[in-house]
Amino acid sequence: MSIEVKIPPMGESITSGVLAKWHVADGAIVKKDQPLFELETDKITSEGTAEAAGKITFKVPAGTDVKIGQVVATIDETATAPVGGVPSPREASPAKSDEQSPAVRRLAAETGLDPASVTGTGKAGRVTKGDMLAAGEKPSASAPVGGVPSPREAAPAVAAAAAPAAAPSVALAKERQTRTKLSKLRQTIANRLVAAQHEAAMLTTFNECDMSAVMELRKKYQDDFVKKNGVKLGFMSFFTKAVVHALREVPAVNARIDGDSVVQNHYYDIGMAVSTEKGLMVPVIRDCDTLGMAGIEKAIADAAKKARDGKITLADLEGGVFTITNGGIFGSMLSTPILNAPQSGILGLHAINDRPMAVNGQVVIRPMMYLALSYDHRIVDGKEAVTFLVRVKQAIEDPARLLIGA
Amino acid sequence: MSSEIFDLVVIGAGPGGYVCAFRAAQLGLKVALVDKRPALGGTCLNVGCIPSKALLHSSEHFAFAQKHAAAHGIKLGAVEVDLPTLLKRKDEVVAKNTGGLTLLAKARKVTVVTGTATFLSPTTVSVGASLDDARSQHLTAKNIVIATGSAPVELPFMKFDGTTVVSSDHAIAFPTVPKKLVVVGGGAIGLELGSVWSRLGADVTVVEFLPKIIAAYDDDIVRNFTRLLTKQGLKIEVGAKVTGLRKSQISNPGSQIAAVTLLAERDGKTLEFEADKVLVAVGRRPYTDNLGLEKAGVELDEKKRVKVDAHLRTTAKNIWAIGDAVAGPMLAHKAEEDGAAVAEWIAGKAGHINWDLVPAIVYTHPEVAGVGLGEDAAKAAGRAINVGRFNFAANGRAIAADATDGYVKIIADAKTDRILGAQILGANAGELISEIVTHMEYGGSAEDLGRTIHAHPTMSEALKEAGLAVSKSAIHTL
Repeated sequence: MSIEVKIPPMGESITSGVLAKWHVADGAIVKKDQPLFELETDKITSEGTAEAAGKITFKVPAGTDVKIGQVVATIDETATAPVGGVPSPREASPAKSDEQSPAVRRLAAETGLDPASVTGTGKAGRVTKGDMLAAGEKPSASAPVGGVPSPREAAPAVAAAAAPAAAPSVALAKERQTRTKLSKLRQTIANRLVAAQHEAAMLTTFNECDMSAVMELRKKYQDDFVKKNGVKLGFMSFFTKAVVHALREVPAVNARIDGDSVVQNHYYDIGMAVSTEKGLMVPVIRDCDTLGMAGIEKAIADAAKKARDGKITLADLEGGVFTITNGGIFGSMLSTPILNAPQSGILGLHAINDRPMAVNGQVVIRPMMYLALSYDHRIVDGKEAVTFLVRVKQAIEDPARLLIGA
Repeated sequence: MSSEIFDLVVIGAGPGGYVCAFRAAQLGLKVALVDKRPALGGTCLNVGCIPSKALLHSSEHFAFAQKHAAAHGIKLGAVEVDLPTLLKRKDEVVAKNTGGLTLLAKARKVTVVTGTATFLSPTTVSVGASLDDARSQHLTAKNIVIATGSAPVELPFMKFDGTTVVSSDHAIAFPTVPKKLVVVGGGAIGLELGSVWSRLGADVTVVEFLPKIIAAYDDDIVRNFTRLLTKQGLKIEVGAKVTGLRKSQISNPGSQIAAVTLLAERDGKTLEFEADKVLVAVGRRPYTDNLGLEKAGVELDEKKRVKVDAHLRTTAKNIWAIGDAVAGPMLAHKAEEDGAAVAEWIAGKAGHINWDLVPAIVYTHPEVAGVGLGEDAAKAAGRAINVGRFNFAANGRAIAADATDGYVKIIADAKTDRILGAQILGANAGELISEIVTHMEYGGSAEDLGRTIHAHPTMSEALKEAGLAVSKSAIHTL
């Protein structure tokens, strides 16, 4: 009897994605829970697994746009592996339902590239030596967790023998342009960014804040903080608290337009933008109003590690009401962040630079940071946006406000 | 006049036809197999592949006894050929093969009908002793497969007479060893049969029109092969176009003067070759004579082959054609592949054919075998390749078995290392080539071949070393 392999539901805002690649060959015998395919959505890439063992028959090829719930394959549970299965005493070979050829195994061992992640062009989708070599040369946009694709040809003897063949690759290096296809994920991100810009009436308002108070507090309490909480006291916890403080006062920024309605959020899940190899990810820290400074710092550290390790799940990315992004770590002085749809506001932090400021009629050097708030003018008016940012600035410049609630 | 309805009627019981019929029967179809010979097996079993291999085998033993036994410490007196016994053995080999097919046909409940077939309509075939036979059977079928094979090409100015001007059909059964045999055509058939009679004592000259014999193989292979054949006593004349045949004035049997003189032209000069027999082996033509194809709606192409689509279906939608009757290499195993695929397609299953992986073999000694893209062809197409070569002279088993002539060549794609083709000159090349075909079926690379264990000591190790040689990592040669 056959079961259907469907695209699983992935969260309320996800309705479709791309079946980026099949991890098994069409017609292969699969085991229960075996990873079958990689699904890319605009938020996240995830795996579909087999719900039963049997022989899989594809209904769509890799690279197809698919909808949630769509049947992409069937598994014939009555078909079992041939008697004797795949004879091989070697267990170290990378997992795929067919045994790999010797050259493929050697390349896998030398480069760490998992043949299961390589598209096979051999008989019945087998991965050939050529496929491994080609995959090793591609940019690592689709490298699996832990995979380290080698950009060079791993067989030195092949390179040595191909002296005339080496000439073409040298010529390539001198080309003035190279063309690489966008991965489906990047394409979707690109589309979403443009869509966000078209939907919202996006503006940015600026302010600056004096970081000296926060820096003073950090200097004073860092050691105790670390001893007590096992995590460093950074700037982000201050800004997060400042944002929650400002959101309370300007709830319009904690709302969004959904069709013809306004949805007002009554919770404070804040997304923190993290830069990873695969691109920008915005894991969400839950209920920042209930977390203390240490709790926020811990949550941020965990999320950042998860993102860099490629272990972020879709749930981690969903449900945020506001986003904080920090271009300052790259040296940005001032910028206009883009909204993280469907949110209505995003705070941009920047580099802290010593600047001469006028304080009480005197010129003093203060560590200053420019703040930027991009907002959706359809729901947040100018006064609200400016007020929001002023509240953030005030909370940073005088952190006692956070404690007292003023 | 009996009438029966079959799921499939196959016209021609050669390798293509009988495989098609047997496969269809396996898949549950009701099948009739028609052939003009009472014995099954077509050209291949009766007058082609099988009898020639039997003759090659026997004559090779004779050549060994004559020339090489002493070196092995085997003392023989004068060694002679008893041709009738040799030919009788050949006939027994053929009979064993054809008899086996008849048994298989019976066991599979395939209806065998002997007679000449001709179409009455797209669904009915008449089979009789001749075209006008009143006792002919009418076979009606849902599907019909044309597997009528091929016939030797006849030169218009030198028609076959069966005694002096002969085809391979006759050359497998000469009653006596000819004194002088001239072979027109330096392809596999001419060289094989030329080898047989040369070993048995004939003075053999091979006259070839192209600049090289077995022209589909790489120049280096052909050069080495030609040298070895010449050492064996064959005379090879290339670049010579046959222009005519002159009968001798004196032609009484027992005369020392040859029966005919073959005339040929090379670079404007006339060449003359005296011969008792002339074997014309310039190729084979698709055979569809007297089939009545017009009545079936089946068309031929410009080369008189049955016109078929990628699924071997003719212009009549319930009629298929396979083997030598259609395009592609004229080889028995290709016909078999076609036959099995068509049977599967007719039965609604997924057949497949891959004419790019059909190996070809010349069964001389040493043998020559090839599959896929040759080195010369790859270079002519501007394809970047790496070539690995290994001489049998460096293979332990070959040295022990007096099989040191020749070498293995593996041709691989320079970028992906995928094996694109191979050519082998050497003893058992025909057996050895199978392994390369298998690797190529799975998209294997030269490295895969080099990393596959081959037993020692075997000649097959030369394949492994040649695979390694592609990346300059052969162990037993520099």
